Amino acid sequence: MRPGLAKPAENQTPGIPGLALVAPDIRSEPPDLPGNVSRMPAPDVLIHARGLAKKFGDAVAVAGIDFDLHRGEAFGFLGPNGAGKSSTMRMIGCVSPPSGGELTILGLDPVADGPAIRARLGVVPQEDTLDVELTVRENLLIYGRYFGLPRELISARTARLLEFVQLTDRADDQVEPLSGGMKRRLTIARSLINDPEILLLDEPTTGLDPQARHAVWDRLYRLKQQGVTLVLTTHYMDEAEQLCDRLMVMDRGKIAAEGSPRELIGRYSTPEVLELRFDPAEHQQAAEKLADVTAERMEVLADRILLYTQNGDAALAAVRDLGLEPLTSLVRRSTLEDVFLRLTGRRLED
Amino acid sequence: MTGAFAIREFRFWLTNYRRTWRGSIYSSVLNPVLYLGAMGLGLGTLVNARHAGGLGGVSYLVFLAPGLLAATAMQTAVGESTYPVLGSVKWLKTYQAAAATPLRPADIFHGHLLFTAMRLAMNCVNFVAVMAGFGAVRSAGVLAALPVAVLTGLAFAAPIEAYAVTRTKDQAFALLFRFGMIPLFLFSGTFFPVSQLPGWIRPVAYATPLWHGVALCRSLSLGTATLGGALAHLTYLVLLTAAGIAAAHRTYVRRLYV
Repeated sequence: MRPGLAKPAENQTPGIPGLALVAPDIRSEPPDLPGNVSRMPAPDVLIHARGLAKKFGDAVAVAGIDFDLHRGEAFGFLGPNGAGKSSTMRMIGCVSPPSGGELTILGLDPVADGPAIRARLGVVPQEDTLDVELTVRENLLIYGRYFGLPRELISARTARLLEFVQLTDRADDQVEPLSGGMKRRLTIARSLINDPEILLLDEPTTGLDPQARHAVWDRLYRLKQQGVTLVLTTHYMDEAEQLCDRLMVMDRGKIAAEGSPRELIGRYSTPEVLELRFDPAEHQQAAEKLADVTAERMEVLADRILLYTQNGDAALAAVRDLGLEPLTSLVRRSTLEDVFLRLTGRRLED
Repeated sequence: MTGAFAIREFRFWLTNYRRTWRGSIYSSVLNPVLYLGAMGLGLGTLVNARHAGGLGGVSYLVFLAPGLLAATAMQTAVGESTYPVLGSVKWLKTYQAAAATPLRPADIFHGHLLFTAMRLAMNCVNFVAVMAGFGAVRSAGVLAALPVAVLTGLAFAAPIEAYAVTRTKDQAFALLFRFGMIPLFLFSGTFFPVSQLPGWIRPVAYATPLWHGVALCRSLSLGTATLGGALAHLTYLVLLTAAGIAAAHRTYVRRLYV
């Protein structure tokens, strides 16, 4: 039995403190509707991959990766564009046969049992695949029918899901004129129409403005609270930090590191970072002088110098003692961006 | 299971069609009226005046109508199997949306082809109704010509859908219309018997699917069909459709399972 499914609605974990939005629990199904049969207790490992690889001709997109995804987890693949995240996601979605290695999803083989697996997945693809000529409601109807759901169940779920993604008042509008954020939320609603056991989200907020991103994150956070297993790819470190319990940092088709956001930062970075910006003419000289400051690590970027340290303010004082006067200085906490820089020598977002 | 899955994709197309059916019915009635009026009646006056006995003993209108039925099926098929397929896989990505559900690429293709067959049947029925209005129906044989016209359409639709799903741009379609559909429309026996063409080019006409469709629709409609001839035409059209379906099974998988 999945968490959230058996519990009565009033016992649900409350949403994010401070957020007044009241969202219906999308998992609570009226008992008289079909499709709510309790599933057999399933093994705890939902996705199992060993040496999983994907090649396109000679190009290697995924170079043999290992991971296990557990029920109820929010699991993220973090990496820059071209790291192999989407290829991995498509293999999990059973629309891309692996070129090598082992992959089991819900105990089944994605190549032989694709339809059976996909019936239990929800997919939010990188690019919206909504039918923009149809209405919001029709999109959910069509999608529910693809899963062979009866019409009454689809319309009951549609009402609940549209409320969940705050699109109830647009139910009978055509999709075309909706904003990017609304389309994204509709795609999320659509991906939940079959009450999936795993929700796959490929770059869920890429291309959205900050406000729309936060609206999507809020919805995803609620799903997580309700016990939905989430797998997402992202190249936004803030998205990964906010939503993921566990992360795979991917780079060039390989896994560079694995752990919770906190663990990764603790393992690969220092608590604080001092960011310095100098006059471009003095940038290089300053970098050479700074080698004398006692920092655990220094990264010289094109426009900034980063000093990784236990204490940012003390480091800044040490910089000034050397007679260096940066144009701007900033002491901040380490982020996943720093982890990525440390692991790959490159930046995550460009 | 496969059939049930294909029906789900077919119903998607049906839902989609609900918004556009009025316009499509309008043109599927108007086109035969224009062609049968201008060519069958208008041009027919000249043809009938030259040939007192008409063509094979019938007026030009009666000769033309069943050929045009098959040609209409071809036009419908080409229209339904080019842009809608490319649009589904490239612009709207509704094929990819369906591929993320239990549906397999073959189900998506079957559902779309089924919808194409429905559109063919609708347009052909409309055509026959207009034909009857023009007094161009000579025998109940036209009822046998109807499914043949639909099959003629499928013999175009299946291979073209198999091809269209591999495309990333629509340029090839303009070539297909210009150098494929229009020459076939004009020279496959729709407007005049292929025997009027120079001897050396006739084998080309006989090799095209439209000629088989036109010849069979006409002979059924005029009551001149022979069993051997009908079987030969049917075999050709069925084989071409089957080859298209087999090809589509491969191309749809290749495009949707990257």
